[in-house]
Amino acid sequence: MELVCPAGSLPALKTAVDNGADAVYLGFKDSTNARQFAGLNFNDKRAGEGIEYAHSKGARVFCAINTYPQPDGWETWKGAVDRAAALGVDAIILADMGLLDYAANKHPQVHRHLSVQGSATSYEALRFYKDNFDIRRAVLPRVLSIDQVRGVAKHSPVELEVFAFGSLCIMAEGRCYLSSYLTDESPNTRGACSPAKAVRWHETPNGLESRLNDVLIDRYGKGESAGYPTLCKGRFEVEGSVYHAIEEPVSLNTLDLLPELKELGISAVKIEGRQRSPSYIADVARTWRQALDRLNAGTGDFCVDPAWNSTLAGLSEGGLTTIGAYHRKWK
Amino acid sequence: MMKLSLGPILWFWSKQTVFDFYANAAEWPVDTVYLGETVCSRRRELKLADWFEIASVLKESGKQVVLSTQTLIESEADLRALRRICSQQDYLVEANDQSALRLATQNKLPFVTGPSMNLYNTATLKLLAKQGLKGWSLPVELGRETLQQLIVELKNEGLDLPAEVFAWGFLPLAWSSRCFTARHYNLPKDNCEFRCLQHPDGMELRSRESQELFRLNGISTLSGSRYDLMREIPDMEKMGVATVRLSPEHQGMAEVVRRYDQVRRGEAPAADPLQLVEAPPCNGYWYGKPGMDLVDGQA
Repeated sequence: MELVCPAGSLPALKTAVDNGADAVYLGFKDSTNARQFAGLNFNDKRAGEGIEYAHSKGARVFCAINTYPQPDGWETWKGAVDRAAALGVDAIILADMGLLDYAANKHPQVHRHLSVQGSATSYEALRFYKDNFDIRRAVLPRVLSIDQVRGVAKHSPVELEVFAFGSLCIMAEGRCYLSSYLTDESPNTRGACSPAKAVRWHETPNGLESRLNDVLIDRYGKGESAGYPTLCKGRFEVEGSVYHAIEEPVSLNTLDLLPELKELGISAVKIEGRQRSPSYIADVARTWRQALDRLNAGTGDFCVDPAWNSTLAGLSEGGLTTIGAYHRKWK
Repeated sequence: MMKLSLGPILWFWSKQTVFDFYANAAEWPVDTVYLGETVCSRRRELKLADWFEIASVLKESGKQVVLSTQTLIESEADLRALRRICSQQDYLVEANDQSALRLATQNKLPFVTGPSMNLYNTATLKLLAKQGLKGWSLPVELGRETLQQLIVELKNEGLDLPAEVFAWGFLPLAWSSRCFTARHYNLPKDNCEFRCLQHPDGMELRSRESQELFRLNGISTLSGSRYDLMREIPDMEKMGVATVRLSPEHQGMAEVVRRYDQVRRGEAPAADPLQLVEAPPCNGYWYGKPGMDLVDGQA
């Protein structure tokens, strides 16, 4: 199983490769990818340096162009596909059907991976993408239980990559418009969820408040640790109760599932977090490398080193991790 | 004249409520009716045979009937249900995910796409047109400007693909692995006691300042404000929008349809506000703003 790590910058890319990533994924400095953050991502020169570095160490580089171009952005997105191909990336991660079609016809030699933003949750959906665009691999959305992943894997016409660690998105990716409902940007349109430009913090007599486009997302009492106001992780009121009505601020961690994922024939595990620092990437990549090496050694039962989980928990939102929807009883 | 459609019922209603609703709808001035369960596979008050029974009544009343598919397909059982819809020949299918696209195209079935399909540009529409796409809905997060460009580009390509716009109702914004209704009652998703039946128009989710943000509806999340593009109808007609979609609610729907029908016939002032069930109105997406905004526009 391949370890795929995020690279939001050249230092992060090098760190990921040095700490055992088999592949890294990056995006350009614009809204053509789903992590559009100020100060993040690559221009062509940096991307070229990153690709050269990764290749010299035997690692592969994937380029995410996984937002949805509208008519006035079409030339820009098409250009991004051409740039990625010219830079010599090993695969382009795409979501939009029009762009997949363009890439398949214009650059057939560059592998196409279906982004999680392509919303493929069944093997029939994967067959659609395989038949039409000859995709090599697909990243599965984080909404499937492990039994459902098994069902998809059994009949999948392509390699599968699943999310292993990082932010937990509980909505079917590629068709979540919550962010553009409260702000004017969504993952699909601008590569941003709960964009930083719309975030405000206020110290008030009631506590520290986080707001997104003026909407109160959460309010923290003394001693409570405050997290980034991703809108689905706020505390809201439903029928008189105030609670995390959509999702708790916890991270996904599937270390415990590794043997099962391997048995299902999953090709790669993906670490979320191009917005994270190089030191975070180093800790996460190193931990997962150790876990995968132990798994691949195949000597007897795989057991999770408690040190790995404590390292990962320390890097997680609120210090908490979950296997999320992989566990069917999750509620 | 522009067409009016009734979208699929997004809520969980009892079988009798659904039958009564469509018995009334057969008399309403709508041209197209979308039928079927699009949200949750556990909602089985109606079997496929029941939907076919409703479909034939509506067809006899002169409505075009379209069978809508489930938006989030997760299991083999979901695929079995989808295959039954995509192997019949009597009705057009509204594909709401790529599994449905695959099954419809494999069976050479003509299809349309619903507002959850990731359709953002002409290249995608062109590709699907070659495979049997007969019409499409604008994703709810897109607005007038993008739609205008798409309509012009399609015309330049010589493609006749009628566009539909979700114009009235709570906007379907997300689908999840988690059931928020079951979560509210602290029940597991697989043993939810069908609590959605108690919430025929969802559960309001408010900020701690009582701002209406969303409506929780099983595994789906809808807008807290009601989208209403009634006063944009004359403009949409000029742009070449073929159909506007009204999303079913269990109260006041006859009146909503009547008013939209009047407006499309030019018989009532488009700016006259429609106030039926308590919920703030919004139209931000149409103007390229946050969806929850209410823009004063050209009224």
